[in-house]
Amino acid sequence: MTSSILTTENVKLYYGDKEALHDINLSFPEKGITALIGPSGSGKSTYIRAINRMHDLTDGVTVTGNFMFKGKNIYAPTTDTVALRKEIGMVFQQPNPFPFSVYDNVAFGLRIAGEKNKAVIDEKVEKALKQAAVWDEVKDVLNKSALSLSGGQQQRVSIARTLAVSPDILLLDEPTSALDPVSSHKIEETLMNIRNDYTIIIVTHNMSQASRISDRTAFFMDGNLIEISPTKELFTEPKEQATQDYISGRFG
Amino acid sequence: MDQIRESLLKTSVATKKERFGKTITMAALILIGLVVISIFYFVASKGLATFFTDKINFWDFMTGKTWNPSTNGSNGKPQVGALPMITGSFMITVLSAIVATPFAIGTAIFMTEISPKYGAKILQPVIELLVGIPSVVYGFIGLTVVVPFIRSIFGGSGFGVLSGTVVLFVMILPTVTSMTVDTLRSVPQYYRESALAIGATQWQAIYKVILRAATPGILTAIVFGMARAFGEALAVQMVVGNAAIMPQNLTSPASTLTSILTMGIGNTVMGSMQNDVLWTLALILLVMSLIFNIIIRLIGKKGELK
Repeated sequence: MTSSILTTENVKLYYGDKEALHDINLSFPEKGITALIGPSGSGKSTYIRAINRMHDLTDGVTVTGNFMFKGKNIYAPTTDTVALRKEIGMVFQQPNPFPFSVYDNVAFGLRIAGEKNKAVIDEKVEKALKQAAVWDEVKDVLNKSALSLSGGQQQRVSIARTLAVSPDILLLDEPTSALDPVSSHKIEETLMNIRNDYTIIIVTHNMSQASRISDRTAFFMDGNLIEISPTKELFTEPKEQATQDYISGRFG
Repeated sequence: MDQIRESLLKTSVATKKERFGKTITMAALILIGLVVISIFYFVASKGLATFFTDKINFWDFMTGKTWNPSTNGSNGKPQVGALPMITGSFMITVLSAIVATPFAIGTAIFMTEISPKYGAKILQPVIELLVGIPSVVYGFIGLTVVVPFIRSIFGGSGFGVLSGTVVLFVMILPTVTSMTVDTLRSVPQYYRESALAIGATQWQAIYKVILRAATPGILTAIVFGMARAFGEALAVQMVVGNAAIMPQNLTSPASTLTSILTMGIGNTVMGSMQNDVLWTLALILLVMSLIFNIIIRLIGKKGELK
């Protein structure tokens, strides 16, 4: 395994007094896809939202533990969350393009980062849309509102919007659970397309999706990390009984 | 068998109740509709009498600059040019909306984005209180505070468009603010999150995404405020000076449609030309509020389509 781009140690997270994550230790090698699976309320989404400090937006959430990203402590008081989120981008469950044109959506991250050169923006927008495997469908409607696209296209535009700022890590919080199977499949293709360029961490309810696309799979339950293994291994010979029960459909 | 037959053919109690309910709501609807229609009919018939019965030229009325209905001008026709009041009304409305908008948006952003807790606990009740203050109170404060203040700075009497603007600015500010707050609150949370998640600062998220998504709602709020400003009578009348002449500058006495209307309506005889022209002013007000309404609808429709 190559060196880790992101290491998290002894991660605990509290909603008020309630401990929602118990001592999570997980590290992520550079590039490739890691899938986080587990029943609802197991803390998968809570965990990835801690990685780019999205919990800062919610009152009453306390995060403890070590988060080292490229040798820097994510939760250090000096960390610039704005710069951090440029390097650790996030895509959410609901397709949520802004109410602008497709082009303006993808260019958004570049423009707020201060990019003014039209040619550079053009090029990066096209590249991001191609990476997100949605270019062919939207190249003729770049100036139309992104809200006029289908749900699956909207989600891929959302992914392109995040890719345009070239993050190191791409966090995806159940990106396909609001989509139909065909659109989900396209998103999976998109992710396969970029797996060699980005470190991808995806939360999914869909076990077969995890088994199709990910290199490694982590199983969460009740705020605990039960096990993490190469995907094939986890699905064929899980080490833990709980994992075995979950993947064979005994609960969840 | 007969019993079943009878109960099926007879109207049941539930059906009767339902009919009763429907009749009542329908009656209420018809009553309201009739009231609206008769108001329009009444104001229109009175207001149009100026042109049809008293034979005053419509164009002269709208563009004439002298308002003195009780005397005839050198050409032998009554001096009923409404342009000074129309100008005064529009100036005060537009100016107060221009001044109020940035304050309203700023306050609303603070209340929803920057400090939602403080906003909901303290500012919200304050703004609701401001909405409920009777306009005569605003007018009285305007008369005793704003007018002398403007007199001491700009000279003159202190009455005029500027004083009217200041008073109306304070009056429409809470309306525009609370509507803008509602709009900003209805902007989906995921717009904020996804803007921040790709490295936007909070300020960038606010002015590049949230305000843009809320634009139709904010425009509606502004037009609503303008409609209120346009129709406000009492407070404006107390500070505007009520001189039916074209405003020379912002601090010279002026008048609005509403102020001339409230001043004059008690002093004229029903059916006389002097009375009819006031009805025409009322008709202009009514048509304008209709136009404001249509604008609000159009903005709302456009916002839906996106």
